[in-house]
Amino acid sequence: MLRLLNIEFIKLWNNRSSKFLIFCYFGLLISIALFASIKFNIGPIKFHLADMGIFSFPYIWHFNTFVAALFKLFLAIVIVSMVANEYSNKTLKQNLIDGLSKKEFLASKFLTVVVFSVISTLFVFVVSLILGLIFSDYNEIPIIFSDLEYLIAYLVKLIGFFSFCLFIGILIKRSAFALGFLFIWFLVVEIFPYLYVMSKYSKDLADKIFAFFPFGSMWNLIDEPGSRLNAVQSLANQVGEDISYDYAVHWYEIVIVLVWTVIFVRLSYWLLKKRDL
Amino acid sequence: MENILTLNNLTKRFGPITAVKDLSFTIKKGNVYGILGPNGSGKSTTLGIVLNVVNKTSGDFTWFDGNTSTHDALKKVGAIIERPNFYPYMTAAQNLKLVCQIKGVAPDKIEEKLEVVGLLDRKDSKFRTFSLGMKQRLAIASALLNDPEILILDEPTNGLDPQGIHQIRQIIKKIAAQGTTILLASHLLDEVEKVCSHVVIIRKGIKLYSGPVDEMNASYGFFELKSNQNSALKEWLSKQARFKSFKEEEDKLIAFLAEELDEESLNKQLFNDGIILTHLVKRKESLEEQFLQLTNNLN
Repeated sequence: MLRLLNIEFIKLWNNRSSKFLIFCYFGLLISIALFASIKFNIGPIKFHLADMGIFSFPYIWHFNTFVAALFKLFLAIVIVSMVANEYSNKTLKQNLIDGLSKKEFLASKFLTVVVFSVISTLFVFVVSLILGLIFSDYNEIPIIFSDLEYLIAYLVKLIGFFSFCLFIGILIKRSAFALGFLFIWFLVVEIFPYLYVMSKYSKDLADKIFAFFPFGSMWNLIDEPGSRLNAVQSLANQVGEDISYDYAVHWYEIVIVLVWTVIFVRLSYWLLKKRDL
Repeated sequence: MENILTLNNLTKRFGPITAVKDLSFTIKKGNVYGILGPNGSGKSTTLGIVLNVVNKTSGDFTWFDGNTSTHDALKKVGAIIERPNFYPYMTAAQNLKLVCQIKGVAPDKIEEKLEVVGLLDRKDSKFRTFSLGMKQRLAIASALLNDPEILILDEPTNGLDPQGIHQIRQIIKKIAAQGTTILLASHLLDEVEKVCSHVVIIRKGIKLYSGPVDEMNASYGFFELKSNQNSALKEWLSKQARFKSFKEEEDKLIAFLAEELDEESLNKQLFNDGIILTHLVKRKESLEEQFLQLTNNLN
């Protein structure tokens, strides 16, 4: 296993643009801390994000995993190109001739995806812990370490998404087209039909159907945290709107994403095996 | 002798086209093999199948008497395919380091092998800055990293300039001299003739011949003869059962042998029969002539 990771590491680490994007990605994760410094002072209205409770335990786990998950697009570029380039440089052929099996080839890519996801999760954990310890109103140990299932959901979400990227990279074989395909899939297969079902029938039905789609299921893992903020809740109450919502991470949401992950890896392997190079 | 590679009725179809048809042959340790065939005869497809990059349609092949899986066997094989494929953004040394990881060998031979192909001074240059000849030489260095049991070369001199061709041939000869088994696919006959002891000839995916180069045609060679008594010589030849046939080419007579006969006894007999020769050369058909004969027989 270490050998496979090492092979992929050599390929990625010597590629300047991959290295740059990986640094960018982890830099962005740190930059979540910058939310702390968002302050507006417009006359009498003082708006300081850090004081609004976004960094309070355990809410911070929810908020930070949600925001960090948005940055995964940077790593998606790296992952799509790390497979697509093997096709365009024809190095996949060379790797196989040198004695890597197709299974090992896919395993080295998938393991890299898992390692990236784990590192990213640890990163978010540490950044959140530090921010929380600085800004949180509650610092009791049981509160700090409650709601950690958001980190598990985050890890699963990343692995699922990157497996999707892996599969698309192998399917399309060209990085730019593969990224375009991901975007088109997002719009044409998930967003437009979702909006259609929602307008024609109900939001409820649309939510239920699209919870089984790749992007839909990943999105469902970590619900949007904004409306959970006290400030937003009280604002809504004043307007007379009830926006209480089920924010929890459900086991079946995790299962759906894991099933997609298995499907993507299996399909990638099938494609690799079937194709002549 | 130990078998390195055995093919059994290997067949590959691309849609309606059969690229390789019922191909069977065996590669034994220590020989230098040439796979000969015109362009598009299925040479690269055959090599692609045994190298695990092309899926066979039917038949099978085994490496090292079938004791190892294909990808493990390939770790003991060095292969150079038509176009060298490396990571363009990595240096020569980094690329070779990666190959070492894949093959599971220690990286301490990188410099030694770069030296063999004369690229040691360019080891820290990126692959994309290399010329085609240098890329091909790097591919050879990479194929040698594991001191392979067999070296497979697919058109290694394609697209190179004369100097590059010469360099590659020198390297191949050097490796062959060390006793490494070599399988060389080419459509360049003189290339194969210079280095190979055995040939496999395929055309349109069908095997025409496999065996030692000098047994390719049941041929005893031919004589080139010249004499001032040309008509007497012709008459003499037509009476001899030892000659299959003869023909006149420019001012020479080419006489094909039907059995073994050396220059000395022919000369002696002709002299005894009163015919004086001004020119006498015994020749074997070149590989090119034999190849053309073989491929034309089927037309």
